[in-house]
Amino acid sequence: MSTFWSIWVSVIVLGTVFGCWWLLHATRKSQTTDVETERTVGHSFDGIEEYDNPLPKWWFYLYVSTCVFALGYLALYPGLGNFNGLLNWTSANQWEAEVAAADEKYGEIYAQYGQTPVVELAQDEDALKIGQRLFANNCAVCHGSAARGQVGFPNLTDDDWLWGGTPEAILQTLHNGRMGNMPAKGVMPNMTNEQVDQVVNYVLSFSGREKDAAAAEAGKAVFAQGCVACHGPEGKGIEAMGAPNLTDNVWLYGSNYEWIKETVLHGRQNEMPAQSGRLSSDQIQILAAYVYSLSN
Amino acid sequence: MKHEIVEKNIGLMIVFIILVISGGFLAEVLPLFFLKSVNEPIEGLEPLSALELEGRDIYIREGCHVCHTQQIRPFRAETERYGHYSVAGEFVYERPFLWGSKRTGPDLARVGGRYSDAWQRQHLYNPRSVVPESNMPAFPWLFEDVVNHKGTAAKLSALQTLGVPYTDEQISSAAGELEGKFEIEALVAYLQQLGTVLSDKR
Repeated sequence: MSTFWSIWVSVIVLGTVFGCWWLLHATRKSQTTDVETERTVGHSFDGIEEYDNPLPKWWFYLYVSTCVFALGYLALYPGLGNFNGLLNWTSANQWEAEVAAADEKYGEIYAQYGQTPVVELAQDEDALKIGQRLFANNCAVCHGSAARGQVGFPNLTDDDWLWGGTPEAILQTLHNGRMGNMPAKGVMPNMTNEQVDQVVNYVLSFSGREKDAAAAEAGKAVFAQGCVACHGPEGKGIEAMGAPNLTDNVWLYGSNYEWIKETVLHGRQNEMPAQSGRLSSDQIQILAAYVYSLSN
Repeated sequence: MKHEIVEKNIGLMIVFIILVISGGFLAEVLPLFFLKSVNEPIEGLEPLSALELEGRDIYIREGCHVCHTQQIRPFRAETERYGHYSVAGEFVYERPFLWGSKRTGPDLARVGGRYSDAWQRQHLYNPRSVVPESNMPAFPWLFEDVVNHKGTAAKLSALQTLGVPYTDEQISSAAGELEGKFEIEALVAYLQQLGTVLSDKR
């Protein structure tokens, strides 16, 4: 704040406090007596008159004490322009003190957990309790409070993993996030509607649910051209690309003909947001252990 | 001084009342107009794109700000949950700002990038489909209505007049950028940039 505004603020603030003080004394002086009498101030409006009595003592001293309080406050806290107050308080350093106190209290616990391998940490009940709270605050919004996921957001309690279920893979997912991208019609943009029908039937045939056996048979060739690159020749998926296994009965986007057709026609984009900038690496370690513990 | 003088001269009384009322304004508000820390954008702050700006107007239209604040206070409990506390320099292009004062839902000051686009869309279409215990209303019409871009250029140009650094090209291309965009796209684009300039570890 420039000197001008600093003085400006100080003058107004102090002026207000002393102005109140002055007002109190000025109005008191106009009174001619210290004891209560029947005397009025002399005017009468529609027969209503006003007593000319001194201010009640309790009220008078309460008022004085607010002025004193204000001066004390202005001495301790920032209120007069650039003067920081004797306590040197700011909302930012109050926050820093709060964080430092918390770090002192919990920092060691977190640091210790942060260095424990995920598999070991997943056996530690106290760590899992922290993990459960972290999960509820940061992950449950997509994966559900029971971590069972929902359409479009994977179930974390089963053995099926899009990007791998090893401690390393889970840590990687948490730290850096994942971008899942299935292009519309795979890598075969000129796929005809008939071919879409065929390939959907072929995908359904992995679990013996094809609608039309002939179409499923024809779909094999379409699959080989449009889908193999990511889902592999046997449709078992490729973890490194996050391409799901199509032969198990776990489906991220619905398993019936219509859903799969929708997926093939329009593709799917999904994202697991990176947590690195949001959570500390110790917290991520604990979360990874919690997630790992759900299926191991 | 006698009461009588003030009480019987209404003009003088008006002057005194104005003086008393303006004390707080003169000391607490007026200097802020000249204070760098509240007038200068933080490093990296860009004005909203045309799409994001329309998204912001949809946010206001649908009353999101009635239940969601956009201001993280400097308390550990808040910064642990939402991220770095809000600073004045983040809001210099906001007219009006959407800090809000009531949290029925969570604070959204740093919701940008926190969830995927897909989640945002699904959640806005039907919040219960992703958060069963949610009491947020659903906004399915955002998926059917396209953004009305008749006023977009005028909005950008009004903001430019007020000091937001939009270029003339941005203003002239604004309507074209929004052609055929659905309201949901605008709103999600707006939400996904919220608070992303100042990202700090919690």
